[in-house]
Order: sequence, then structure tokens, then C-alpha cells
Amino acid sequence: MRIGYYPGCSLLGSSREFDESTRAVLTALDVELVEVPDWNCCGASSAHVIDHTLSLALPARIMALAEQAGLTEILAPCAACSNRLLSAQQEIEQHPELKAEIARIIELPYQGTVKIVNILEVLDRVTERIAVKVTKPFAKKVANYYGCLLVRPPRVVNFDRPEDPQSMDQMMKLVGAESIDWPFKTECCGAAFSVTRTDIVAKLSGKLVEGAVKRGAEAIVVACPMCHSNLDLRRPEINEHLQEEYTIPAMFITQVIGLAMGLDPEKLGLQRHMVSVEFPVERNIPAAAGAQA
Amino acid sequence: MSRIGVFTCHCGENINATVDCAKVAEMCMSVPGVVHSVDYKYMCSDPGQRMIQEAVAEHKLDGVIVAACSPRMHEPTFRRTVAEAGLNPYLCEMANLREHCSWVHEKGQATTQKAADLIRVLVEKVKRNQPLHPIKVPVTKTALVIGGGIAGIQVALDIANGGHKVVLVEKSPSIGGHMSQLSETFPTLDCSQCILTPRMVEAAQHPNITLMTYSEVAKVDGFIGNFTVTVRKKARKLDEKLCTGCGLCIQKCPFKKIPDEFNEGLGTRTAIYVPFPQAVPNKPVIDTLNCTFYKTGKCKVCEKLCPTGAIRFEQEDELVTLDIGAIVLATGFKLMKTDAFPEYGYGKHKDIIDGMQFERLASASGPTAGVMKRPSDGKEPETVVFIACSGSRDRSKGVPYCSKICCMYTAKHAMLYKHKVHHGKAYVFYMDIRAAGKDYDEFVRRAIEEDEVKYIRGRVSRIYEEDGKLIVKGADTLMGGEPVEIKADMVVLATAVQSNDRSEELAQTLHVSYDSYGFFAEAHPKLRPVETNTGGIFLAGACQAPRDIPETVAQASGAAAKVVGLFSQDELTREPIVAVVNRQPAPVFSYCVGCFLCQSACPYQAIEQEQILARNGEVIKTLARINPGLCQGCGTCVATCRTKAIDLQGFSNEQIYAELMTL
Amino acid sequence: MSSGTHHATHADTLAGRIEEATGVKLAHCYQCGKCAAGCPVSDQMDLTPCQALRMLQYGFPELDRRVLQSEGIWLCLTCETCSTRCPQEVEIPKVMDFLRSEAVRLDLAHPKSKDILAFHRAFLDSIEHTGRLYEVGLVADYKMRSRHFLKDVMLAPKMYFKGKLGLFPHLIKNRQGMKAIFKRTTGKAT
Repeated sequence: MRIGYYPGCSLLGSSREFDESTRAVLTALDVELVEVPDWNCCGASSAHVIDHTLSLALPARIMALAEQAGLTEILAPCAACSNRLLSAQQEIEQHPELKAEIARIIELPYQGTVKIVNILEVLDRVTERIAVKVTKPFAKKVANYYGCLLVRPPRVVNFDRPEDPQSMDQMMKLVGAESIDWPFKTECCGAAFSVTRTDIVAKLSGKLVEGAVKRGAEAIVVACPMCHSNLDLRRPEINEHLQEEYTIPAMFITQVIGLAMGLDPEKLGLQRHMVSVEFPVERNIPAAAGAQA
Repeated sequence: MSRIGVFTCHCGENINATVDCAKVAEMCMSVPGVVHSVDYKYMCSDPGQRMIQEAVAEHKLDGVIVAACSPRMHEPTFRRTVAEAGLNPYLCEMANLREHCSWVHEKGQATTQKAADLIRVLVEKVKRNQPLHPIKVPVTKTALVIGGGIAGIQVALDIANGGHKVVLVEKSPSIGGHMSQLSETFPTLDCSQCILTPRMVEAAQHPNITLMTYSEVAKVDGFIGNFTVTVRKKARKLDEKLCTGCGLCIQKCPFKKIPDEFNEGLGTRTAIYVPFPQAVPNKPVIDTLNCTFYKTGKCKVCEKLCPTGAIRFEQEDELVTLDIGAIVLATGFKLMKTDAFPEYGYGKHKDIIDGMQFERLASASGPTAGVMKRPSDGKEPETVVFIACSGSRDRSKGVPYCSKICCMYTAKHAMLYKHKVHHGKAYVFYMDIRAAGKDYDEFVRRAIEEDEVKYIRGRVSRIYEEDGKLIVKGADTLMGGEPVEIKADMVVLATAVQSNDRSEELAQTLHVSYDSYGFFAEAHPKLRPVETNTGGIFLAGACQAPRDIPETVAQASGAAAKVVGLFSQDELTREPIVAVVNRQPAPVFSYCVGCFLCQSACPYQAIEQEQILARNGEVIKTLARINPGLCQGCGTCVATCRTKAIDLQGFSNEQIYAELMTL
Repeated sequence: MSSGTHHATHADTLAGRIEEATGVKLAHCYQCGKCAAGCPVSDQMDLTPCQALRMLQYGFPELDRRVLQSEGIWLCLTCETCSTRCPQEVEIPKVMDFLRSEAVRLDLAHPKSKDILAFHRAFLDSIEHTGRLYEVGLVADYKMRSRHFLKDVMLAPKMYFKGKLGLFPHLIKNRQGMKAIFKRTTGKAT
């Protein structure tokens, strides 16, 4: 299988391990990734807050480049990127008068024919291959955290179900993990407020960490770099807010699958996490009593 | 040569203000075929009518045109006038100079000319009019009521007390419907079964009513006054004549764990069962899908123990054919289930229940004998949240309408809960309070003012479970949309009222219209609420739209009145404006080639097949035949017929063509 | 648009402009509050989503102004929870986007929006010049704009050593094209 690949900016930097693990896993599953040539940033959260047309033009350029390269599908592992691409594509399709205008702005012909898929959709196509290659089942209790943009708004992404989605849970079952039943699968982590309102992120992501640990999870599995960043990079702020030391790791789904397939943890970027990926997870070690445990 | 009389009416100033009626009368005298033309101030008045009658006699008229208001106003009037003068009423027509001319134009020469033209065109039609005679159709004075809930029971009793026979068909093993599941009813808090069961018994014992329970309507043929209905009597698996209703079989049935439909899944029943102790008829039914004997061939305990030997495992469904004159639909409604709410957990939380389930919990004959116990662990709920408008008034769920009864029953539920759990906390999340009936608003105020139920204006975004409690996340819009979180022990959703399962199928079996929600369509939303557009079929109760018990009973009596009115005649008279398939002498027999395009086009199922047989019984030709009892004269078949073999009496192709050519 | 008709008056209001730009008809909102109930940050907002929409429904300039000046619209996470659950299918995030850009355009944006705007502008600044986000550049630009010089200072070395912080920007080839896109949309340098 051959598919277009749009890593997006966070996979180059702050969520490099998502890119590494995705490439490692998909390569091991005989999926060839063809990077969209000269791709640009999709605009993420910033473009749509500042200028609506810009928020359509940036994704349109990416899709136009893919079309030019003869790609019919693009995998965008970052949930925010895939959401922006789908959103822009749908809006241009529903307002045909925009098409010409956008093409003029991006200086490229735009057809709107490229299909945007997320990482779960691609993994779903190769479940048989995954099942065959699982040598070290990931026998842990996991909290599957989908976040907002993978499943909402339903009429744009048209994927899984917006409340209590199941796609990650099914994937985890395939690799031997036990998914806990928890009510925060799609509660927002704090999104783009990581830098500007870290307090909100601490509160919202804190609720997720606390909820997962309370229900016995040993890892939180995510498929979005922003969610991962809020749950991982911002763990000190979360712990400060909750007044507890939570050490439960946040892992990308491709990392979990990679481990189950016996791939080298370093190739999956596990060492790049702020909250180290170690099992068993020690729960609620009081921050002050360092030596005792 | 025709001898047509034209009578132009001033209609006071309604016509005369813009049309010069005297001039019109004068102009009509020169139209070929017209031998008499006058104008008068009020044609419909006694002198006016007498004028027409005298003219018919004096001038030996063979056609009359009254140029006046709309035929919808006075066509029957003038046809009666003319009939009394000895002329066939269908030789009298009206030209509409009011709605079609004077009321829509300014005064002037052109308006007067148009009036004259309207008459001139009609003359061409009237020249070709044929005398017609009303069609008489017999009436079978037996009514069929489909649905044995409170609506069906009320209709049946009213028709039976009116002196006519009624067959009451109910698909479940007992009559009673949803009302029998309720604990207490608003606004009086009467015990529901206490007021219902006497009616149920009355219906069962009434000499004019035949109950067919555990039965469904399979097929309906025919037309008003003359329906042929096939009812499928499903096999109860016992001989009803022998069964005494002693209940021993139910006591001894070993398979006791089947989720109980009557208790909305909150209780269990046996495989041989009666839906509830007060069932009418009190004869059990075997659930063949769950009975051990039908699954494995073993058991038969009921058969062994039955003192009268009434069990019949081999019994088959029976098809019964009935001759019926009028049908009343009273099939009720169903409630949306909790699994339709993704944001409330897709129905997986046992303690999130719907309104009917709450009724069963509150009911003395329910699975908890009326004690407030929550379904998951049987604990007494100390905080209960009631959510009104669950699924109703909700475009995103495909139910934009209001379900009408929920505001009232939610207040009732909150009150019942508080009466049973005095220290309990009851919260109601609402959008509006619709309590428009008699004593209704006072009832809701009582819940708020006396029973301390807390009403919060806002919807609930999400409910999830944590530490054995249900976390309800709502908002109070009267406080600016401030989020409100309540940790509840139980949540009752006032779910949307929807049309019953398979109502679409039933509507198609009966050929009645229904809307996109499956509710049956009334003939006119304001003025004909108990009739359908299909002659002889009436509506009562929630199958038409969500409604409460008082309105249902009122509507049921209304439908019954229509049926009794229909049955007050031995024959039905119908307008003869019907289509007729042309007949010719042998060997042509008809221009009809038997393609039956007309049959598929006819909206009223009025077209049958007729075989022309040779002397030896061989079929020479199959022709279309219009049933004059069903035909509504819409003309669709006339337009569809490729060989122009069908024509409409009173509006023939030739007449219409002539009118157009004169224009 | 003919004068003296219902629509002409509506078009002059903020609600009218919202409908024109986004297609969202505010009259559909019947203030059920489900949006505020499910919004992760509504408890921190001065005006909850349903409150803001209610005020806009009036079409009164003073109420429109209050909405544009509110802090709530800046706290919106665009998590789409409200629009997913709204029984009337009102696309609130689209309205929020429009209100934010109007607030900036009319210079009414709440003081607390400063940092949030600074972040977004720094982000767009970065991608305008390089085509892809240069995280070091983003943070530096943000600090300059917001004056929060010390924020997250300890984070940078940690990220660098984990290999997550590229010291050099990723430059796409067609940077001219990117500049042109920005010029044709935002019209000016962010």
C-alpha cells in the first residue's frame, strides 16, 4: 500500500516521536509513505482565529501539492492537521465560488479530490497484518484518549462516533491491551492554550490524568500531538495543580503498536517523552518524600 | 339545439361593484345555445331560486348556468333548486364570477368582458352535459377499531353504546395499552389502572364488542361502508374456551427470567404469561421464542398441570375475514429509548431510565411494588434528576416537534418521587413548561411550591458515571448559562413520543397518509382532526400526534361520533363525478387495451380488473374497471390512459376541449 | 437589498454579519444552555456561549459591543463539543471565530486576549517566513510580544536534549508562495 504523507509541523519538532513511531510501524506493515512535496504548515489553531480565508488557503495549498504529485490520499497523523484539512476541503466544496478564489491565492490549481485520512483509519486497513506481527502483546490497562478533533465535528470528520468512540479501543484489543471504560475519552485537554493559558491546560488535562489513574490505567494512549504535549510536556503543571505526583505515561498509539510488534523502543522515540515510559507505573508518590516510596 | 338559461348574480355588490352584471346578461343572450339570460341581486335567495325554477318551466330549459360565487359555496343549493324544478341537477353548473373575476380585478370593461367569457366557455360544457345520477353504496354496520389502548377502548364503547357492532383488534395479549402501565395520572394523581380497568372490563363484556387480542390486521380491501378486513389471530397456544385464567401454568413455568415488556425491561416474566394481573382477557400466551419446549422439545409443565387441559402447543395462527363498514385507527405511540442518547451513555447506564420505566418503578404493581429502588443496585435514590425535552424539540435527533405530555408527567414523576422519598432531592432540567390544560399549570406549581422540586432552566450536556453516582452536567440559562453539576443516584429522561413501530406498514396496509414521523395524517389539521383522507377510516389518540389522556378520550368519542353518523344511513350517496372506462360492442369491447397504467396511477385504489369472457369461459380481454364507490373523480387515470379509453363523467375530454377552443 | 424590508435591518446587525459570513442563523438558538453545560471552560467565561448568542439575537449595538468586548470568546478552545451536542445544530465555533476577528478589527478585543493573540500572531509570523513552524522562533517572537520573558525557560533545554527542539528552521522551497498567500489574505505582516 502506498499513501501520501503529511507529517505537519509538530511531528518535525515537539512530537517527533509520533513521526518516528508512525514511520517505523507503517514501514514494518509494508505501507509506503510518500511525503507531500514542499508541504507547508496547515495553520493549526492560529490561522482560523486570525483570518478565515488564510485558514482555508493553507490547507488548500497542501492538498493542491498532493494533487500535483499524483497522490489520491493523504495520511495526516496529527489530529489537528487532519481536522483542518477536512474542514477546509468541505467548506470549499460547499461553496464552489471559493474554489477559484483559493486557487488564485495559493497560485496552484485546486480540485479538492484528495482524500484525507487519519492514523486510525490507515491502521484499520492493515489490522490483519498487525495481528500477525504482534509478538509482545502490550498487556497493560490503557486509557484511550481520543481528544476533540479526531471525532468532532461529526459532519466534518465523519469518523467513529463523537461520544464514546471505539476505534482506538478496538486497535488496543488487537495488540493485547485492556482498555478501561472511562468517561473522558473526548473531553478537551486544553488545546492550544499550552503556552498562553497553561493554567487551563493543567486543569483540563489534570482531570484526564486523574480520571485515568483512578480507573486503573497504566498508560494513556493518544493520537494527537497537541493532546500528547499537554499530557506529557505539561505534566509538572498538572501535578502542581493536582498536588499529586502522577507518573502515568502518555503514549502515541503508534508507539504502543510498535512495542507490541517487537520494534526497538528507541526507533519509536519513547526516550523523548518528558514523563518516562516505564512499567509498572508507581502511583501517587508524594512529591516531598523523594527517597521513601 | 340546446336551451340554456344563464342567471347572472350581483351577489349584492360583491360582483356588481366591478362587473357590469346587466351588461353581462345582455351579452350572453347572443351566445349560441342560450335562450334565456337575466341578472338579479341575490340568486341564492328564495326569490332568486324561484326565478330559476320558473324559467326552467317557462322556457323549457335543458341546461342552467348560475354565474355567481364559487361552486364550493352554492353548487349544492342551485342543483337542489333545479332538481325541484324537474331538471337533472347535473345539468346545472356555476360560473365563478366572484373569486375568479370580480374579487381579483379592478372595475372596467376588461373585467366585464372576462365575466362574459367565463360564461361563454361554460356554455360549451353545459351543451354537452349528460344527466347523471348519484351513486348509492351499501353500508356494513360493523366498525373495526385497531388498537386496544384507552383510545381504542373509548371508541369501541361509544360505537357499541350507539347500537352498532364493533371488533376491537389489539396486537398484545391484553387490552389496556400504555395507560395500564402508568402509576398515577395527571392532574388528579388518580391511580391509572383503577380508572382504566373498569373500562377494560366493560369493553370485554359489552354485547356489541368482540375482542380480538393477540391479533393484527393483515390486509384491508374495499372502501367506505364496504371493507373486507383480514385479521391474523396469532396463536396463544391454548384453547381459549377451556382456559379459566386460573394462572397455575404461570406459577409453575420453570423459565422465569425473560425481560418483561410490560415492566419495560425492569422486571422478568415467565415463558407462558399474562402481561399484567389485571389483563383483559385474563388468558395467558406462550412466548414461543423463549419457551423451552419450542427451543428444545422438553418441559411441557404447563400442559401437564393445566386442570382443564387447555394448552395446545401445535396451535397455528388463524386468519379471520371480517366485513367492516368503518375503521378507526387507535394504535398509540412508543417512547424513544435511552440508547438513542450518545451524550448520556448510549443506554448503558442502568440508572438512566425513561419515563415509562419510572412509571413502572413507581407503580404498586411494578417490579419493586412501588418502592423507589434504583435498577442497578436496588438502593433508594436520594437525588434524582429528571430531564425534560429529552430528544424532543431536537433537530439534531430528527425530532423537532414537542412531545406535549412530558412537562406534565415530569412534574408528576418528581412529585411521586418526593411523596415516596421525603428527604430525597428532585431536580428537573427543563426548557419551557407546557402545562396548558385544565388544572395543569397549578399542578406544576404544586410540584415546585409544595413538594420542593427544584426546576432548573437548561439542558444537560452530558451524564457519566463516577463512584456509583451519575454526574449530570447541565446549565442554568436563567443564571446566564452557568454550568450546574449534580451528582445523582438516578436520572429519568422524559424521552420523545414517537409513532409506534410499524405504523408506516399499517398505514400502507390501510392506504392512509402519514407524515415523515410516522404519525397518521388527519384530513384537515384544524377542522377535520378525526378523519383521514381515506373515506371510512378515522383516527383517535396518539397515533395521530402526541397527546394526553383527556384529549385522547375526547378525540376517541369524536371518531366514534363520525362512525355512528356514517352508520346512521343504510346507504351512502356519492357524487357521480367518477371516471368510466369506455365500452364498445363486440369484438372491440373497449378502447382499453388492459395496460393498467391507470391502476398504478390511481391514488384511491379505485381501479379493478374486469375479464370479458367468451361463452366457454375463455378470457377474451382483461379491461380496467373503475369502482364508482371508491373513485374520487380526480382525473389522473383519464390523463394517464394512452388510448383515451377512460373519461370522467361530468368533465369529459370533449367538454374540456370544447371549452378551451371557445376561449 | 431593498430598504424598508426586514432583512435590511437584520443585515446591519452583528447577527446579520455573522449570518452573511458564516451561514449561521442565530435565530435557531433557543437558549437551551447545552453548549454552556458541556463547554470545558464555560465556568471561567464572563459570557457563556448561550449568553453571548442571546445578546446578539437582539441586534442592539450596545449588546453587540458587550459580546465583542467579552473575554469568553477568547477562552473558546474550538473543541467543537457545543456544536456536536447543540439540538438546533448551531455552529458556535464558527460564530466564535467571526466574533474574534471582528473584535480585533474593531479594536474591541478584551485586554486578556493580548497574550492569546500574541501567540497566534507569532505562530503565523513564523510560518509566513519559513513555511513550517519554527518552534524556537515562535517562542522568541511570543516572548517579545507578550513580555513573558521567563515563561517556560526551563523547558527549552529539556526539549532540546530530548531531540524535540530544532535549532534551525525548516525552510520550504516556495517561501515566496507562502508570503503571497499571506499578503492576499491577512494583507499585512502579522
